[in-house]
Amino acid sequence: MTDLTSLGVKAIRDGVAGGDFTAREVAEAFNAAVADAAELNAFIVTTPEHALAAADATDAKRAAGEDLGAMGGVPIGMKDLFATTGVQTTAASHILEGFKPQYESTVSQNLWDAGAGMLGKLNLDQFAMGSSNETSYFGNVSSPWRKQGTNAAMSPGGSSGGSSSAVAARIAPAATGTDTGGSIRQPAAFTGICGIKPTYGRCSRWGVVAFASSLDQAGPMARSVEDCAIMLGAMAGFDSKDATSLQMDVPNWEAAISADLKGKRVGIPKEYRMEGTSDAILESWEQGKAWLKDAGAEIVDISLPHTKYALPAYYIIAPAEASSNLARYDGVRYGLRELPEGAGLQDMYAETREAGFGDEVKRRVLIGTYVLSAGFYDAYYNQAQKVRALVAQDYKNAWQTCDLILAPTTPTPSFPLGSLNEDPLTMYLNDVFAVPASLAGLPAMSVPATMTSDGLPLGLQLVGQPFDEQSVLDAGLAIQQRAGFDHAPERWW
Amino acid sequence: MSVTKQDVAKIAGLARINMSEEELDRMVPELNNILDWVEQLGEVDVTGVEPMSAVIENTLRLRADVVDADPKTGGGKRDAVLANAPAAEHGFFGVPKVIE
Repeated sequence: MTDLTSLGVKAIRDGVAGGDFTAREVAEAFNAAVADAAELNAFIVTTPEHALAAADATDAKRAAGEDLGAMGGVPIGMKDLFATTGVQTTAASHILEGFKPQYESTVSQNLWDAGAGMLGKLNLDQFAMGSSNETSYFGNVSSPWRKQGTNAAMSPGGSSGGSSSAVAARIAPAATGTDTGGSIRQPAAFTGICGIKPTYGRCSRWGVVAFASSLDQAGPMARSVEDCAIMLGAMAGFDSKDATSLQMDVPNWEAAISADLKGKRVGIPKEYRMEGTSDAILESWEQGKAWLKDAGAEIVDISLPHTKYALPAYYIIAPAEASSNLARYDGVRYGLRELPEGAGLQDMYAETREAGFGDEVKRRVLIGTYVLSAGFYDAYYNQAQKVRALVAQDYKNAWQTCDLILAPTTPTPSFPLGSLNEDPLTMYLNDVFAVPASLAGLPAMSVPATMTSDGLPLGLQLVGQPFDEQSVLDAGLAIQQRAGFDHAPERWW
Repeated sequence: MSVTKQDVAKIAGLARINMSEEELDRMVPELNNILDWVEQLGEVDVTGVEPMSAVIENTLRLRADVVDADPKTGGGKRDAVLANAPAAEHGFFGVPKVIE
């Protein structure tokens, strides 16, 4: 029999539906692979019983001749930012250690309703703040990839680093991610997998631990573009519990996907040729242009003049929203409480938050508090929101001459864990190509393109117009078919 | 603009995060690095630009003005709300004494 853990979402779903294997066999194979991969530290908790129960339900439905759902029989990893009933949900922070939600997030519920099961809760950067998966209270996640000739542990990217590591290592066929400023796309690029952030509002934020609410969006991470299309279809949809949820139908992306790009104009933003971008990345970008041209697209040069200001604007807006959102962690309603003998309420707040938040979280809460404070609000926060409007306007102007945009996902390939810890700013620069689309709420995807000469994967990014996930997926498929990226990390764990 | 140790202590107080002297000393240059870098936003001409508050144009929905109009967002969940509280008594959250 085929090694079931080598299969993706579509192959598993269709194989279960067709009777090639049972959902239980699939769940058992992945549960075993997860148990064998503790060295990656991709999971904070594992839930093999959840995966088995969902599998048994799918097998029973098949026996009864019922519809198995878009994700029927597929066990997935759930980023530990999604609230899951009765299963610890931490956002990788000590302040939420032991928190067992009494409710299920809309996105995870949608996935269970579509027939998926849960292998466990995936590690991440604490509160999704980080680009290397080194800020988790529960330890770093290792990428399954290693640079040729070295044994150094490499970063799986962040913040969805547990998700990217698990999917690349074939211990999960797919996983959920969330993207605030690149947290799906950058880890996907670092680990040679696909990941799409849909238009802001496509996926409900209800039950997702909030970081920066005007930017946070959930999306799928998997090893093929088709698998992402299937899983995004299962995750998305209107939800009255999220005030910013889009009240519009979810297209059938899977059915409509096509690698024929005739009539499509793909924009190449000149501002993305930035200093410090590695040659290998620039080469893969050229390669990407050629692939899309080969698929029938017309390549046009475009300008997004405010690109360079997107990242600094993001590092005001995201911390500002985070400082407000994280005010809820007060030791009163859930999570950690630090109450030294004789302490009053104010001391309890301050002690709880000192003990519960990690360094990066504290840094961002302080920046957010500062830029929102009296006397500085206009100079920082308001200015950043104006620049954000200009970044969004750049895209609107670009859509006059192109239908979607091709760019690198990251300025460099993955780096060894611990190598960028000296200065928070260097780490922030990793998201320079990912953040602009986040600020504008646009659908954006990373697909694997090529390998560096020392054996690390590189991704290409596609950005589309609002609500046009289809064009992004189509162009992703065109690249996938031409790149023929079938590299897998050599197993060392 | 740059921040001093006193500024950072004040911000940490506003954010209700205790910080040791050493932590404050470490945080000052880190925050100043970041603030120096975001300063470049001042170069951008924003004359006549409205600050962006909603990224995708969307209208806020109104529900009928009755209790639990949408059962999905309705109430009646006291026990679930209190289930994860570090201290809960008689159907309330427990906190240290706040009134002398």
